Amino acid sequence: MNPNDLPHAEKLKKVVCANCHDKIAEQYNRSLHGVARAKGVTLAPTCVTCHSEHEILSPKNPKSKTFVMNIPGLCGSCHKEGTQVSKILTSTTTQTSIYENYSESIHGDGLYKRGLTVTAVCTSCHTAHDILPHTNPESTINRNNVSKTCMKCHTQIESVHQKIINGQLWEKQPNKIPVCIECHQPHKVRRVFYEDSLPNEMCMKCHSNKNLTKVENGKTVSLYVDIEHFKNSVHQNNSCVKCHTNVNPQSNPVCKNSGKVDCSICHQAQVEDYKVSIHGQKHFSGDKNAPYCTDCHTSHNVQSKNSQTSPTFSRNVPELCGNCHREGKNIATALDESHKGIVANYKESIHGKGLLQSGLLVTATCVDCHSSHKELPKNDPNSTVNPKNIGKTCAKCHLGVYEAFRKSIHSPEIAKTDKRLPVCNDCHFSHEINRVDLQDFRQSIVQQCGQCHQDVTETYFETFHGKVTKLGNTGAAKCFDCHGSHNILPASDINSTLNRKNIIQTCQKCHPNSNRKFVGYLTHATHHDRAKYPFLFFTYTFMVILLIGTFSFFGLHTLFWFIRLMKDKIKNKNKS
Amino acid sequence: MAQHNEEKYFERFDAFSRFLHILVIISFISLAITGMIIKFSGIGVFQFVSNLLGGYEVTGFIHRTAAFVTFIYFFLHIGYLIRKSKTRKKTFIQFFKGDNSLIPNKTDLMELIATMKWFFGKGPRPEYGRWTYWEKFDYWAVFWGVAVIGSSGLLLWFPEFFTHLGVPGSLINVATIIHSDEALLAAGFIFSYHFFNTHFRPDKFPMDTVIFTGKVSLEEMKEDRPREYEQLMKDPEMQKKIGEAPSPALVHAARIFGSVALTLGIILVLLIIYSMIFLYQ
Repeated sequence: MNPNDLPHAEKLKKVVCANCHDKIAEQYNRSLHGVARAKGVTLAPTCVTCHSEHEILSPKNPKSKTFVMNIPGLCGSCHKEGTQVSKILTSTTTQTSIYENYSESIHGDGLYKRGLTVTAVCTSCHTAHDILPHTNPESTINRNNVSKTCMKCHTQIESVHQKIINGQLWEKQPNKIPVCIECHQPHKVRRVFYEDSLPNEMCMKCHSNKNLTKVENGKTVSLYVDIEHFKNSVHQNNSCVKCHTNVNPQSNPVCKNSGKVDCSICHQAQVEDYKVSIHGQKHFSGDKNAPYCTDCHTSHNVQSKNSQTSPTFSRNVPELCGNCHREGKNIATALDESHKGIVANYKESIHGKGLLQSGLLVTATCVDCHSSHKELPKNDPNSTVNPKNIGKTCAKCHLGVYEAFRKSIHSPEIAKTDKRLPVCNDCHFSHEINRVDLQDFRQSIVQQCGQCHQDVTETYFETFHGKVTKLGNTGAAKCFDCHGSHNILPASDINSTLNRKNIIQTCQKCHPNSNRKFVGYLTHATHHDRAKYPFLFFTYTFMVILLIGTFSFFGLHTLFWFIRLMKDKIKNKNKS
Repeated sequence: MAQHNEEKYFERFDAFSRFLHILVIISFISLAITGMIIKFSGIGVFQFVSNLLGGYEVTGFIHRTAAFVTFIYFFLHIGYLIRKSKTRKKTFIQFFKGDNSLIPNKTDLMELIATMKWFFGKGPRPEYGRWTYWEKFDYWAVFWGVAVIGSSGLLLWFPEFFTHLGVPGSLINVATIIHSDEALLAAGFIFSYHFFNTHFRPDKFPMDTVIFTGKVSLEEMKEDRPREYEQLMKDPEMQKKIGEAPSPALVHAARIFGSVALTLGIILVLLIIYSMIFLYQ
């Protein structure tokens, strides 16, 4: 405006700040203040309410109404207790005594008592012009944006909360974590933890009642929590709301519809495993039989797996898994025949006997082979019991055996073949696994090897070792006594037990006087193979000819003799 | 039958030979049963017999003990021959060429041909002497059997010892075949043809106890071995062996022992035939 035009008209047009501050005006117009003003609510502030008319000062000027130290007072002039505005707002928000609470909060404390200009004031969280209700997704105080808002100042928020909330979740799945204000009440923020805002005692007021129930999908579910159990659990130092994160202070009761606990807040890796496991897959597809975290770990009585009373303690694991996988239980019958008697067989196996009879804790239980959270059917390539992975699984304990096996001809790293190679449980079985020095194993191994090595097994049974084996003799040499077990190699390999260098020693295990000529005995000889063993074939043929010749001659001789004598007898009878 | 006791008997086998034959019977049946258990180890009935006897270790022990008995009777018999040739004051050659020799000769061939003729009604029953040709065959079959089965058996019994001496290991495989199939031949032969020729043929049925009692009635001898009977009538030295009938108790015991041995043999040969035909490859 040109000063030469003075005096100006009596009624000047209203000042339009937007002429210069167009962006700010835009924000204002959509803000709660702007919208209310447009509706004609005179209580709603305009630019001049906060910035004055002519003595507009920079917010950096301590004399400015918008200087950081003055902001709570500025906003408070409308929002403090007892004002018309606060009366209107009580009907729409749970936040009351805003100004008083703020003054006592850590932010207000910093501002007023310590004179800090870097503390948060109203505009730090609500913004200066773009004040939106928390229900608006664009609002800085919307549930999804609160963290971002707080992190303008509290950049180290992740590391500060590491003990409470798994770090990765902040970025990957922020929806999983409780938002700041759920623990640190807005306006009341103190350097205190949520125990104080939602203490366990508050929950127990209701949940210590044994008759407390709710109805879910037509089923009555008990909501009773045995606090004594909880106090002895591994989670004893956590508060209820640490797990029950969906507790909402605005609900009544606060836990209403808070849903299932998501253990991944802390145990993310385990839950990730669980999700891909067959248990998780079934659970999330709605199979009621599939176990959830709490089915194995219990809900409030969670024990460390090192605690002897924990269902996940190694000695209790077979029973735990047996709850569903025992014969006669729903899962056992749903699976195919090969899964029958899993628990019973396990208890009779070397692992089961070690656990239950010898009292060993280092023996394998269900979870050692199947993993505790990532159980998958054996035909799944990611399963720990898949033929491709079983070696590594067993190697967790039987490392030396696995190392020997990897160098053997049965190892896929050595044998480049399309044929199916054996893995640990082809010879040792899975749940029926036996001690290898016991009779049953020694007798059955021949059948196991014979499944692939049919021809040599047949010829084995033609020789002495095989023949007495058929009679139930366990002492006679079995496949692995000569060929080795895990270190099995072709005889041409210098490390093979059958190599020329080692074979005398190998036979000496049973035949102490074994010698170079002795080892020439053909342990898989057959007189049926003319090309391979001509001298055996011809010996056999000669013996057969001798046998047939002798028997034929005397057979006829006897026959004719018999006929002659019978004829004579009949003649004599007729005579007499 | 009333004059049974008055009848005179000729001592065909002396006590030592009878004793040896009892050793032969016991050891041979033991060897056959325990051997066939291994030969037919895949067949249920033999596995059953193995378990019945106490398992493979026990049958193996029985087999080796019986083998030891076999070597014993073999050498006892050789000693017996040497002693006999000395008491008769004959050289070995004379001893072998004598009328009672078990060495096959021209007469045996003639008798074989004559027997064939008799079988077909083209001639009379030959006048057999002390040893018929089939008896000589039985006798030499034992010699042959003990030599072949015995030597191959020793190789299987002491493989480490023999290979130390330079026997190639694969000869153990050969010995296995020979031992096993020769044993099959021996057992099959004894338990069928020897049994028939000596015991089951219609004119002897159900058994000839002479090998246990040692005595054969003169009447039976005249019928069965006319040539030897003729010899007996001429030779006063031989007539010293004529005596009383064997005691009824001895005959009874002989019948019981013989029945057991014959039954075991028959059962075994039937099991072998059954296994060979239906189960063995």
